[in-house]
Amino acid sequence: MSAVLQSLVNQPYKHGFVTEIESDIAPKGLNEDIIRLISTKKNEPEWLLSFRLKAYQKWLTMIEPEWQNVHYPKIDFQSISYYSAPKPRQKLASMDEVDPELLRTFEKLGVPMHERAALAGVAVDVIFDSVSVATTYKEKLAEVGIIFCSISEAVQNHPELIQKYLGSVVPVGDNYFAALNSAVFTDGSFCFIPKGIKCPMDLSTYFRINTEGSGQFERTLIIAEEGASVCYLEGCTAPRFDTNQLHAAVVELIALDNADIKYSTVQNWYAGDENGVGGIYNFVTKRGLAKGVNSRISWTQVETGSAITWKYPSCILRGDNSVGEFYSVAVTNNYQQADTGTKMIHIGKNTRSTIVSKGISAGHSNSSYRGLVRITPAAEGARNYSQCDSMLIGDQSGAHTFPYIQVQNNSAIVEHEASTSKIGEDQLFYFSQRGIDAEEAVSMIINGFCKDVFQQLPMEFAVEATKLLSFKLEGSVG
Amino acid sequence: MIDENSKTILSVQGLRANINGTEILKGIDLTVKSGEIHAIMGLNGSGKSTFAKVLAGHSAYEITGGSVQFEGNNLLELLPEERARAGLFLAFQYPIEIPGVANTQFLRLAYNTVQTKRGKEELDPLEFDDFVREKMKLLEMKPDFLDRSVNEGFSGGEKKRNEILQMALLEPKLSILDETDSGLDIDALKIVANGVNQIANKNNATILVTHYQRLLDYIVPDFVHVMQAGRIVMTGGKELALELETRGYDWVNENKSVTGVIA
Repeated sequence: MSAVLQSLVNQPYKHGFVTEIESDIAPKGLNEDIIRLISTKKNEPEWLLSFRLKAYQKWLTMIEPEWQNVHYPKIDFQSISYYSAPKPRQKLASMDEVDPELLRTFEKLGVPMHERAALAGVAVDVIFDSVSVATTYKEKLAEVGIIFCSISEAVQNHPELIQKYLGSVVPVGDNYFAALNSAVFTDGSFCFIPKGIKCPMDLSTYFRINTEGSGQFERTLIIAEEGASVCYLEGCTAPRFDTNQLHAAVVELIALDNADIKYSTVQNWYAGDENGVGGIYNFVTKRGLAKGVNSRISWTQVETGSAITWKYPSCILRGDNSVGEFYSVAVTNNYQQADTGTKMIHIGKNTRSTIVSKGISAGHSNSSYRGLVRITPAAEGARNYSQCDSMLIGDQSGAHTFPYIQVQNNSAIVEHEASTSKIGEDQLFYFSQRGIDAEEAVSMIINGFCKDVFQQLPMEFAVEATKLLSFKLEGSVG
Repeated sequence: MIDENSKTILSVQGLRANINGTEILKGIDLTVKSGEIHAIMGLNGSGKSTFAKVLAGHSAYEITGGSVQFEGNNLLELLPEERARAGLFLAFQYPIEIPGVANTQFLRLAYNTVQTKRGKEELDPLEFDDFVREKMKLLEMKPDFLDRSVNEGFSGGEKKRNEILQMALLEPKLSILDETDSGLDIDALKIVANGVNQIANKNNATILVTHYQRLLDYIVPDFVHVMQAGRIVMTGGKELALELETRGYDWVNENKSVTGVIA
């Protein structure tokens, strides 16, 4: 530990507990007082405060990772405010006040009228009764014993579950950004599917109450007990603007014997403008533990937004015969950078994993696939199939593949296939010779390219994702 | 089929074109009328495939001189897709593969786009399915062909048949077949030729770009042109192809000044 860090860690406790802060926004910077403040504001039990403080102490000893293939100016962690009470966004009085560019986007994506208003931040309480929708939804879930609420509510109402599982898949000191999240997370989702229950509907963040203000350091925990199954949908295809530049979320999934968790994400955070100014830095840790026998964890992601994407949804296949899946489409355009992939850690016998990654780079963007397949000595009969395809649009973009394969058991079968293709003059000429213009040609080529991933998405999500991709790549050719 | 009353579909005059600063086409003159089948023959590198691509509007080529009228309009100022919609069709020597896109999806998009631009009705997926299956009989294609990804894993013969199927669907005024015979065995060649012959009628025209006479046994041209170093150096009837077959292209060099250009 460096001397500076040492002195930070050993700082005397200056102000005691900071009650004098009346405002709902904490001062900038990160220290133990701020963490205590967050914990108090949220009325958390003592063990959770210790969890946060432990994470913070770990974080202080860690260094920001630099191995990823993305470049950005150093983040000043002391210039961020780590707590603000869910602040109502400033509501606009009517749709006329909304940025026309944003409206055009909604139009293109076919977002329903009432959703457009909600997303753009127009006061729509009258038109869009989200509370009643959410209430009906919750009641139906409660009938079968499913808990689906914000993680803050879960801390109050189901502390035993949180204490048991929080940090059990992503330990507080797992990596730099996970440690930061563990120290300062403010909200997120909690979902518990009891033994033997197949969740009767897809759970979506869209219907969760209290989603506002949870964006920056989001924490999600999903548990499927023995024989339970659930599909969870995160995100939304409409662009989400946020003033917070750094996002560091943690998602933990736990599947017990014969349980099945399918987690789908469409990420379309603000990507910065066409010159690479602005945009979200998205540093996310997502990991699923296939703890029980015959359990399954499946990740599907469509990553189109953010200036920087750093995320590796992973599976730890501990149960015998457990299955891990990762299906990913990552699209970058303009000056976006994405370094994304997965880790499949085979521990149990006869564990199987599938990786299908599709990277699309346009403009001056850079997209990297980074994936680890590890077959541990105990993983008798493990199998992995990986397929990593990259597509380049234009001649200024880049695609990279970094596969890491570690096999410590002779009975393992590991396959890796990779390809790179390009949408160039000849492809577009073929389409145009059949009367089809460049935009439509690109859309068709891309959707064909991504088919293996899109068919993993719930249908309406897949339709939206298809439109989203066409929209993201609009104007990138021709 | 040469007819006194037929209309001029394509009129090329003094056409010159470059790629990366190198001149490939050095002044081409060609007139194609409705009902006619023309064959353009020549060795590799003579410019015949370039001529086909330039007519279709490939962006890699720069037009440096001459003019091209297509049904009385200036073809050179149209975008490639506009040329296609106006009725110019190119069957590719190397059709591209489109992984993940079902053939039927691609064919329907092409068909409906072109129909719409021509002011006609689109077909819904079911109507289109009936329509395309009928056309597929022409080329003796199996139904599973519709569900396979466009040209992906197709044999050479299947790719070429797919090109001719598209030609049948899009009902072009002028079809240009670029080395359609290359890579085909004799059975596939007969099927493809049969398809082309059935599509040809008195209102449209066909240009066959080929290296060998073989194709012309099955699709009988009204005119045969010999291309050399970016120019048409000799023109004749179908017997010219046979002459070339027996005497070789060197014979052209010795005789082009004698025979002259007659078209």
